Amino acid sequence: MGILTYILLLPLLGALVILFLPKEKETWIRRTAVAATFIPLVLALLVWAKYDRTLGGYQFICRIPWVPSLGITYQVGVDGIGVVMLLLQGFCSFAATLISYFIKTRIKEYFVFLLFLITSVYGVFISLDLFFFYLFYEMAVLPMYPLIGIWGSTNKEYATMKLTLYITTGAVLAFVGLLVLYFASGIHSFDLIALEEHCAAHPLSPELQKFLFALIVVGFGVIASLWPFHTWSPMGYAAAPSGVSMLHAGVLKKLGAYAMIRIAINLLPQGAAFWSSTLATLAMMNILYCGWAAMAQKDMKFIVGYSSCSHMGYVLLGIACLNQTGLNGAVLLIFAHGIMAALSFALIGYCYEQTHTRRVDELGGLAKKLPFIATCFSLAAMASSGLPGFANFVSEIMIFIGAWENLTPQAIAAIFGIIITATYLLRMIRHTFFGPLNPKWEHLKDATAPWQKLPYILLVSVLVIVGFWPSLLTKPIDLGISSILKRSERNIDRMFVKNNISIEKSEPPKA
Amino acid sequence: MAWLILFSPLIACLLITLITLRNSKLSSWIAVTALLISLGISSSFFLKALLTPHWKPMELSIHWITLWSLKIEFGLILDRLSLLMLMVVTGIGSAIFIYSLGYMKEDPGKSRYFACLSLFAFSMLGIILSNNFIQMFIFWELVGASSYLLIGFWYEKDSAADAGNKAFLVNRVGDFGFMMGILLCWSFCGSGLPERTFNFNQIQHIFSEMVGAGLLSPKLLVVAGLLIFCGVLGKSAQFPLHVWLPDAMEGPTPVSALIHAATMVAAGIYLLARLFFLFDASPTAMTVIAYVGAFTSVFAASIAFVQNDIKRILAYSTLSQLGLMVLAMGLGGRLEAMYHLTTHAFFKALLFLGAGSVIHALHTQDIWDMGKLFKKMPITSITFLIGTLALCGLFPLSGFWSKDEILLLAFEKNIFLYRLASVATWMTSFYMARAFFVAFLAPEKKIHHPVHESSWTLTGPMIFLAIGACIAGFIHIPEFILGHDVLESHINLPIAFTSQAMSLSGIVIAFFLYAYRDAWGAKKLKEIFKIFHIILSRKYFMDDLYNGIVKYIQQNIAVLCHLTDRNLIVRFGVNGVAKITKTSGEFLRFCQTGRIQTYALFFFAGITVIVFVFILK
Repeated sequence: MGILTYILLLPLLGALVILFLPKEKETWIRRTAVAATFIPLVLALLVWAKYDRTLGGYQFICRIPWVPSLGITYQVGVDGIGVVMLLLQGFCSFAATLISYFIKTRIKEYFVFLLFLITSVYGVFISLDLFFFYLFYEMAVLPMYPLIGIWGSTNKEYATMKLTLYITTGAVLAFVGLLVLYFASGIHSFDLIALEEHCAAHPLSPELQKFLFALIVVGFGVIASLWPFHTWSPMGYAAAPSGVSMLHAGVLKKLGAYAMIRIAINLLPQGAAFWSSTLATLAMMNILYCGWAAMAQKDMKFIVGYSSCSHMGYVLLGIACLNQTGLNGAVLLIFAHGIMAALSFALIGYCYEQTHTRRVDELGGLAKKLPFIATCFSLAAMASSGLPGFANFVSEIMIFIGAWENLTPQAIAAIFGIIITATYLLRMIRHTFFGPLNPKWEHLKDATAPWQKLPYILLVSVLVIVGFWPSLLTKPIDLGISSILKRSERNIDRMFVKNNISIEKSEPPKA
Repeated sequence: MAWLILFSPLIACLLITLITLRNSKLSSWIAVTALLISLGISSSFFLKALLTPHWKPMELSIHWITLWSLKIEFGLILDRLSLLMLMVVTGIGSAIFIYSLGYMKEDPGKSRYFACLSLFAFSMLGIILSNNFIQMFIFWELVGASSYLLIGFWYEKDSAADAGNKAFLVNRVGDFGFMMGILLCWSFCGSGLPERTFNFNQIQHIFSEMVGAGLLSPKLLVVAGLLIFCGVLGKSAQFPLHVWLPDAMEGPTPVSALIHAATMVAAGIYLLARLFFLFDASPTAMTVIAYVGAFTSVFAASIAFVQNDIKRILAYSTLSQLGLMVLAMGLGGRLEAMYHLTTHAFFKALLFLGAGSVIHALHTQDIWDMGKLFKKMPITSITFLIGTLALCGLFPLSGFWSKDEILLLAFEKNIFLYRLASVATWMTSFYMARAFFVAFLAPEKKIHHPVHESSWTLTGPMIFLAIGACIAGFIHIPEFILGHDVLESHINLPIAFTSQAMSLSGIVIAFFLYAYRDAWGAKKLKEIFKIFHIILSRKYFMDDLYNGIVKYIQQNIAVLCHLTDRNLIVRFGVNGVAKITKTSGEFLRFCQTGRIQTYALFFFAGITVIVFVFILK
């Protein structure tokens, strides 16, 4: 079966077990959910440790033909990028399950949906078959609707409707792109490895690549909150319960960026080269526009929501670089920002649980009552504003370096973005945690129990460890990125060869 | 061993935050021990360099990020420049750590304080030891963060929390330029991606080759130099990014002494010294740097005239002295600037600790609330006096030697800047004498409790620094950095006498105006120079200008983006699409009437149209 299939099926198994548990056994339901996310995390760490760095390429492959007549195969496997994504999903989902002890109503249904969501996201990250990739992607969007609609807050009906419609529309666009790719490649297979080989050896025509790249990037860009398709995201996060916000900002949003790298950059390098500066400009809009919009917000979740849109701009800029440094930075930032966003939403969730408000101007001086939470929150804000010592800094600086030469104006705007980020985050910290304590909040209780602190400590330490020792992740990431870049070079070379041949052929009649 | 210099404070910080947070006494001793370890190891290196005739600089490094197209290392550079700076930071740092034991004794957040202080020591040592640009930037930002944490240490106070934010953000503005400067340098150092490097020594090597071959355009050099100088503007608080430093005095006084007087703000000067080859290649950039330094020096000194808070007077004085160092750098005087940096670190830290001792005893920072302290706090008063005289540059205290070198350099290179620097010297002695006379000699004011001399943990470090302030001038720092004797003698009697006369006149005027009189001189002066007083006490309206920019420009951009998002994109774009879909659905609903007649009508109408079109074709 393979270790990856276990990772995929364990959360689903957990969901099934919970379905058969009686509603009253709340402790058992929670324990099952925690176990069903903890074991995959351990397995993901195992995959990361066991992934053979000397070999590179896709490993842990498991292949079962599914619908042979259409070329659909159940095929899972990870390369260096996938390994890091698995870790991201492992940490986020485990922490989100732990945070979800806040949920008091319909616990059983909540965890069933949550685990279903987690399974689907694992599925996206390990699928090496475009059909299954898309299937899992859609499966990840579906449980969002009830999770926000039932357990959410603030304007939840509108938000959940908007979020689902947006992402589904994007997904349909991308699906059209995938189908065109499937037919245009001419090998009638959804198998990603086969497609990679085929596209490198027989590149699609440049016009088709340009068209497809735009379609796929916009389609998956919606979930990655590509400007101007980002408006679902702050609203959706504000409405969602903390655990779901964590998963959504931490992992789901990253699916879009991951799909861009895995499909668009990987299979359509010439399209990518054509659209590179446009994508970088949109990314710049993400960074500046969403950053400024975050500055005008009053609700903590809206601030962090806009902030995450702004940071996706850095990821997109890294992708638009199309060089080794930039792409490595983008993947590392997907990881770092995912962990950081999950941490922020978990902390906001804690404050909301205690105070029942997220408005910055109603809070103030909370550090006195919640020293642990305030410390973690400051660390998260520092990480988010790109302070060295956290993984976010390493990835951002790689993106700056990658973008500096070919995309200089966008790179300058992106560097300017770190001032904007620092402004709104420090302001938020200052008005929620510092200053004199509002007497209304005398009764607040800090997180004290070890299992209460665990998710926060786990996420903070991941950020710090990777920040100090980035090679832990950049080594595997680079294996994945390098092979993508090598293939795209081959693709572009091949295209020149093709053109030369056609020129040679057309020359004799002239002569 | 060398790695331990850097990591011992970090280990202390981790130990405190993870284990001993509850036990504040243990935490504080862990921090002090860790810094003493760094001090010990650095001194052994320092002595080796001092005593060995042909001592070779060392460089250690490990790979931090290694890609085909990007190599970043993490390394230590131990040359004479960094050793000197190490001694300054660990030496003065240790004194201030010990001082903090007494100063923060009663504070409930003592463990947190020492954790942040250790973090700061780690980052500061990191700046000194960095052997490449990226590492330098990492620690550059980390000192900013630890300074943020320490300025806002008493976070319940609104003013402290605001000051921390301000310091961090203003530094970020400087770092924005610094980062671009780093990337620009990187992009012209090395031919292909794999050969490019951030390493200082390698860059210097490549650089000298390229400049020699005339491959670098002067324009590029100016831009790169000035962008990197932006980082210096932020960290060393030069005009126009000086606004954060006076507000940073909201932090505990030992923090002001260590971070905002002796070490962190000197990091900018150190950076200029480290990258001197880069600036030296571009005369335009050097001129700009020199003028910025000279201007800041006079500008800040003038504001210090009207300050009443003893720490703020010292803060503006720090700005002014840093300006002098930057001026020296801009005139090509790397050694002179480092010399002044070292002596300044001693006497300015001493002055802050003295101010802290007074504040600790009297619980006020306003010099007009003090007075007649000489009898009650003799050690504090004498050491403060030594610090003041050293800062005024009186012979034979340390300030004299280093300041004289800078004045001499300016005299030789640019007579206008020499005059500015001399004016700054005069102003310095005036406002420092004013502060001293008002706080220590003038008649007693309303103090409701008995005042005693501080305990040994406070006075001990002050005595140590006072000795340093007396003798640091005799250590030949330029010779140490060069590694051999300077050939020409650097005492020019006319200039030395002029500077002495300037300083003394400032002190004497202040004496007549302020000493032993009940604020008489101050009131009179305020009346005569009313407009100047307003301008100076509003700090030339710089804070108002920046607040205006933030409030009216930045906030409006933010609101504009927010409103665009909410109204244009959501209401017209997204909800518009939704509405069109809904309306068209409602419209199409009418077609589905369920009546055969209607369908038949449309059917035939359609056929007619089709036939019509085809026949016409």
